[in-house]
This record gives sequence, C-alpha cells and structure tokens, in this order.
Amino acid sequence: MTVIVKKTTQLIAGMVFLYGIYVIIHGHLTPGGGFAGGVVMAGSFILLILAFGSDFMHLTKEESGSTLYENLAILVVVFLSVSGLLYGARIFFLNWLPKGTAGELVSAGMLPLYNIFVGIEVASSILTIFLALVIFKEETLE
Amino acid sequence: MEVAISIITGLMIIGALYAIHAKDLLSAVIACGIVGYGLVICFLLLKAPDLAIVQIVVETITLIIMVAVVLDSSREERYLKPDPQGYMSIVTAVLLIVVLFYFFRLAAASLDVFGNSTLRMADAYLERATDRTGSANLVTGVVFDFRGYDTLGEATVLVTAVLGILTILRIKGKK
Amino acid sequence: MIVYWLCFILFLVGLYGVITKRNLIKIAISLSIMEFSTFLFFTLIGFREGGVAPIVDPADPVKTYVDPLPQAMVLTAIVIGLATTAMLMSVIIRLYRKYGTFDIREIKNLKG
Repeated sequence: MTVIVKKTTQLIAGMVFLYGIYVIIHGHLTPGGGFAGGVVMAGSFILLILAFGSDFMHLTKEESGSTLYENLAILVVVFLSVSGLLYGARIFFLNWLPKGTAGELVSAGMLPLYNIFVGIEVASSILTIFLALVIFKEETLE
Repeated sequence: MEVAISIITGLMIIGALYAIHAKDLLSAVIACGIVGYGLVICFLLLKAPDLAIVQIVVETITLIIMVAVVLDSSREERYLKPDPQGYMSIVTAVLLIVVLFYFFRLAAASLDVFGNSTLRMADAYLERATDRTGSANLVTGVVFDFRGYDTLGEATVLVTAVLGILTILRIKGKK
Repeated sequence: MIVYWLCFILFLVGLYGVITKRNLIKIAISLSIMEFSTFLFFTLIGFREGGVAPIVDPADPVKTYVDPLPQAMVLTAIVIGLATTAMLMSVIIRLYRKYGTFDIREIKNLKG
C-alpha cells in the first residue's frame, strides 16, 4: 500500500482499538457489550494487517500469542461461572457480587467481568482466524 | 414502520437473487453484502442497536475474507452442460419450497400481528431484570445472567471453530 | 403480516441456492442468506409498536421496551455465523488448492 494509506491507518487503528475497549467497558450501560467490542477490537488489528502487508509483524508468533489469549479467556469465563457454585446459594452462573445502583460504571456485579473476558475471547478468536488464512496464503505462495 | 421494513426486505430479496444468479463470483460476493448491510438497517429500525453494531463489523470482516478467497482463485463460475442430476435437484428444490410454503401458511396463523408481541417471558424480563442484575442494558443482563448457559456454549463453539480452522489450514507441522 | 412472508421468501431464496447451485462459493453465500433471514425473523418477533431500545433509564422508567430475549439470542448467533462462515471458506480454499476448481461435480469425478 502507499504511504498515505499507511499513515492514515496508523492514526486510525489506535482510535478503533480504544473505541472497542470503550464499548466493552460500558457494555452494561449503553448498547454494545463483549461481543460487539471484541469484534471492533479485532477489526483494528485486521486493518493494520491489511494496510501493512503480511511482513509487518512476525505473524506466526502473533498467531500463537492470540491462540494463548483466547484459551486463557474462555478458561477465566468458566472459572467465573463456576465461582457461583462455591459461594452463597450454590447456583451455576450466580451473580454474587454486590449489584450497586443501576446506571453507574461500577455496578451490576459480575456482568462487567463477563463482558471483559468474553470480549478478549471474541477478539482473539477472530484475529486467529484471519491470521490463519493469511499465513496459509503466504505459505502456499512460496 | 412495517412499510419501511418491507421495502428494505424486498431490496434484500433482489440482492439475494442477483447473488445466486451472477456469473462473476466477485459480484456475487458483493451482492451478498447488500443483504448483510440491509439487515443492519432493519436492526436499526427494529430498535436493536446492539445487533446493528455487531452485524456491521461482522459483515465487513466476512466480505474481506470472501473477497480474499475469490481473488486468490478463479473468478468465473464455470458453465457445464445441465445434466439429469441438475434437473433432479431443481425439481427437489421446487417440491421442498411448495411443502415449506404450505406449512408456513399454517404456522403464520398462530403468529402475533407485527408490532404486537405477546411473548410471556418478555414481561418477566422487562419488569425484574434491572432489579435482579443491576444492569441498565437489558440485553447484556439477559445474555450473561438469565441465559448464561447459552453464552458459555457460544464461546465453546467459537473456540472449537478456531481449532478446526487451525487444523484445516496447517501445512507444515509446528516445531 | 407481510413482513413475515417477505422474510420467509428470503429464506426460500437461500434454500433454492443451496440445493441447485454447483459452485462452492455460491453455496456459502446461500447459507449466509439463510442465516440472515433467520436473524431478521427473530428480531421481528420481539418488536413492539412504539417501543424503545431495551436500555433502562433509571430517571424515567415507565416506557414500552422491545423484547430483549430474541435480541440476546441473535447477538450470540451472529458471532457464531462469522466463525462458521470462515471455517467454510477455509475448507473451500483447501479444496481449491487440491483440485483446482470450485465445481462440486468435477471434484466428485476427480476422487480416487
């Protein structure tokens, strides 16, 4: 790609990433949540890969890293849901943290935690899918 | 409201018909994008902003993947002479469509009138969700609290799909 | 009521494409169209006339909201749809590298 595209992408990609984080963190107050924010975060990485070509980063290392984050995030989600069994009424997926007042940033108990980790999981899985396709294309071209 | 959604759905049907019958695969993929982005407008009109945010980004990523696959290989849909099996499948499709049409006509009698939903669970969720979950966004409350099992299963499906893609696309063994 | 019928016709268009087309990319596109029509149908079921998006404002609580349950189901289904479409495309590109064609009749003839 040309220099203009590269510079514009460098300026925009960080903002898209920050917007994804905003959508995830405010998921229990405004439209959005873990799924929407995760997809937006993955979109910022895909923008970088498309603009800079495949030799911009060491893609294979990136792929193993994103796979690791994906598996860790789903593990944390399972632990959070099992933690309801250890506490209080012993129900799977129990929301045992204090609720707070609806409409504030720190409220709704466990829901922001679920949002954050599901967001990480969705973002890293979509990034892994895209990286796998790009690496496959690079390997078969050689 | 119903008229606007009907017009957009009609446009989506036209886009779908063109996507199925186009000779060039690239224009077929882009016509599939018409259907996806029309769906985004429908979600906005139906007061579902969460779905609109997800769908617009997902549709873009799907288009990127499909266009990359098509550009990487052949763009033409190869024309072969229609064989008996082709006629057979057309007859099967028409029969199946007639049968499904009949059953949908039966089922449509029990559907609510548009804009007048009377699902029983809706009232229970709308009244108690904010008190019980403390979340202002009711969709997030339903996804992660009342329907937590669904979300856990969805995350598992996502991990399984990624593992499948990595297995399919790996050429060299990892060292 | 006509919206439900149009949505069902969109589903039938996708079904026709899946059964009659012989090109793998066309089959993937038709499956996506069937998915889209299902999402639209779920969202149509939950709509209420004059309702607002299901986000509670604590200062002004008395309003008509649309039903959040179908939206929650569709929200998870959209992301699954992306993953399954990407998996389908990876199978298709792998088949193309092996056989050099998208046509399933030729792939059937080339086996062995």
